[in-house]
Amino acid sequence: MNISLRDPNVVMKLSRLGSFHQSKLSFLRSFLKEFKDWDYKRDLFELNEHGYGTAVYSFKKKNRVYSLICFANELNENERSDRVIATKWDAAFTLFDGVPLKQDIERLKNEVPKQEFGRLSYKELTLSRANKSVRVFNHVVECLSEGKQPDNDLITSVGYLYRTTAVYGSGKFGLADRFRIKDREEIYGPFRLEMMLVYLVRQFTFDQVNHVAKSKNPKKAVSLDINICKSLGIGNSTGLGMAPFIVNHPTLLNNWISAREISLKKIREIKAVSEKDKNLFLECLKKSIKNITSWNTESEYQINKIKSLLKDLNEFIVYLDNDFNFEQDYAFNELYLYLEKEYCEECIEYVVSMMMEPYDNITSPLIKEMSSEEEKYFNIPTERTVEDLKLILEKKYPDILTIDFTKNENNLNFWFISKNKEEPRLANRFDEVGAELEQPLAIARDIKKLYELLSVTKNSWTIAKFLSTNNELRHVVRRAFIVEKFPYSEIQDNTIGQKIMPIDMLRLKLSFFGALKFDPRSDKWLRICMFQGAPLPEQLKNHDEHWVYN
Amino acid sequence: MRSLSEIDTVSKRSSKAAGYSWGIAEEIGKNIRLLEIFSLPGIRNLNSFFKKKKELRLENISIIKQDNEANKNEYCPIIAGVNFLDQIKTLETLNEITFKKVSYPLLFLPFVSRAAEVIGKRIFLKMDDREFLLNFNNNIYSNYTKNEIIESAENIYLKVLENRDSFEEKEWNELYKLSEETFVEENESLKQGGAGAGLTDND
Repeated sequence: MNISLRDPNVVMKLSRLGSFHQSKLSFLRSFLKEFKDWDYKRDLFELNEHGYGTAVYSFKKKNRVYSLICFANELNENERSDRVIATKWDAAFTLFDGVPLKQDIERLKNEVPKQEFGRLSYKELTLSRANKSVRVFNHVVECLSEGKQPDNDLITSVGYLYRTTAVYGSGKFGLADRFRIKDREEIYGPFRLEMMLVYLVRQFTFDQVNHVAKSKNPKKAVSLDINICKSLGIGNSTGLGMAPFIVNHPTLLNNWISAREISLKKIREIKAVSEKDKNLFLECLKKSIKNITSWNTESEYQINKIKSLLKDLNEFIVYLDNDFNFEQDYAFNELYLYLEKEYCEECIEYVVSMMMEPYDNITSPLIKEMSSEEEKYFNIPTERTVEDLKLILEKKYPDILTIDFTKNENNLNFWFISKNKEEPRLANRFDEVGAELEQPLAIARDIKKLYELLSVTKNSWTIAKFLSTNNELRHVVRRAFIVEKFPYSEIQDNTIGQKIMPIDMLRLKLSFFGALKFDPRSDKWLRICMFQGAPLPEQLKNHDEHWVYN
Repeated sequence: MRSLSEIDTVSKRSSKAAGYSWGIAEEIGKNIRLLEIFSLPGIRNLNSFFKKKKELRLENISIIKQDNEANKNEYCPIIAGVNFLDQIKTLETLNEITFKKVSYPLLFLPFVSRAAEVIGKRIFLKMDDREFLLNFNNNIYSNYTKNEIIESAENIYLKVLENRDSFEEKEWNELYKLSEETFVEENESLKQGGAGAGLTDND
């Protein structure tokens, strides 16, 4: 049976993308899998009694070494902020390519804590900073120093000791450009080095909390229980910075979504589902409910989504246990069709992620295809005709072409870059100043404009001739030819309309990162947790790849 | 040292601020990155160009012909470059193309380098007395190595080079003969037992 890939005009709607969940394709899971055979080491740990100082951690295999350098600094209460506008943090980190020399550490000690205002070099691969959850960190220190383990309820409800507020890579602030490292096999999957940084930071937070507790009460202190460590991840506060990323990297976005869609298609095409695979799917699905019930948020929007997801999943599990026959041909296809008929997008996409769990043979080869050589598709095929381009727009943007952008509600917002932190923001164009400096992220509106212009242009004209007098729309002409080749490269929604939920864009990206427990703090930023439940570095070899559900 | 990613981003944003559309600004970002990869002074020239752009009152060219001469002032290197790149498939047949009076010609160069990749042919470019051989956008061979700002070129001459061997047939044959010494002479036994032996390839 040949199952078609899902229609981009359905999958690429923001509400659907904002319903994606982590899966076997997620970058943090594929990172752990790739690096499970690497040698982990804590190379340096020079912290004072308060936990301030320098530490270095590394992963090594043959001649390749990646080293995380951590700088933990004292921070006054009033200086601690998760906002991107902060200028000081409890700790700052960089992932160094190789083994850092003393002079490298000295150089970086002056630069890394400054983050965006520091200068990095081609020897550094990623950069980040993090703040303590003071409440949890202090509680853990108090308990450990008294020889006790911390309160499990508090640990579970927060889920981390530190949260990062940004992780930078790919040439930012002088960091190594991707071209320098892109041929390394171990980082073929996207964001591998960002994941490595966050993972090693997690270990640093455990070592630091143990060290501070021990310094406080050397005779009585105990170490944080290994199982509690495993249950803690790294928090992350994420704002609008992520949203433009997925618009600005169309072929990369395509390759992420495409890997998911091809996985689903291949799973639906399995004629006979083995008992073992069925059981693994059911086991992961049932165990995963724990992640949903421990998902804390104050966001009414998310609470409703969680409630409806939980209700749907519980119903779905009853259906699976009582009424569904896995022995029928193409059982996963039947299951998928049933989901589409009966359940909400959040539930459908949740189960799609779960369906991948038994099928390493399907997902593993696709993970290597999730990066992109974007430069290859930059040039516009200007020998093509206006007629070609018009047909592409009609075929690839059917819903977008029906939007009336003369209505204020459809043209309400504009994306801009803030001057103080060079961060993307979204504002109402009719209430705020600055719309004339709008970023080219209103793709739907500009595609519609392009279509209207093409409609009054001769079909036989080449794109070269068209562009010679219409370069204002060059950026979307380029995109249209990209979407012709890469069907999942474009969000099929209006990103400047009244109804835009920017966190849908954030959730899409974070689901591919492998984040759990999305906690929206507004419609424009959210908190998540990464690596919660993941094996510790010393447990990586032979770790259970389904750790997410344990 | 600035990374290429920073060079690309800052060039793109500054180009938008200097009045170009986002689509053209994206092209400029990629071009300045390219110049800097090839150790040519992209950032210096772009910065100088933007500082003087308004007072230069540049002329835009939309359809490029064999011989192009600006009427009063100099051509804008960006608009000339974008259109050269866009129209390269038709310009290729002209073989030789000239431009008279081009402002900041080094900013025109990467468009030509990229055009060489599009048509899969080398392009020779002469910018007054500076010569450049643009090899399929893989590298730029030149007699110009100064890290300087070039404010204008009186003449730009372009020649699309046909894909021809750079060596004589005799030289090839000599080398080929030498390469044959890595082959094994097949005796009857090898013919009978080697891979593919016994099969007919004409059925």
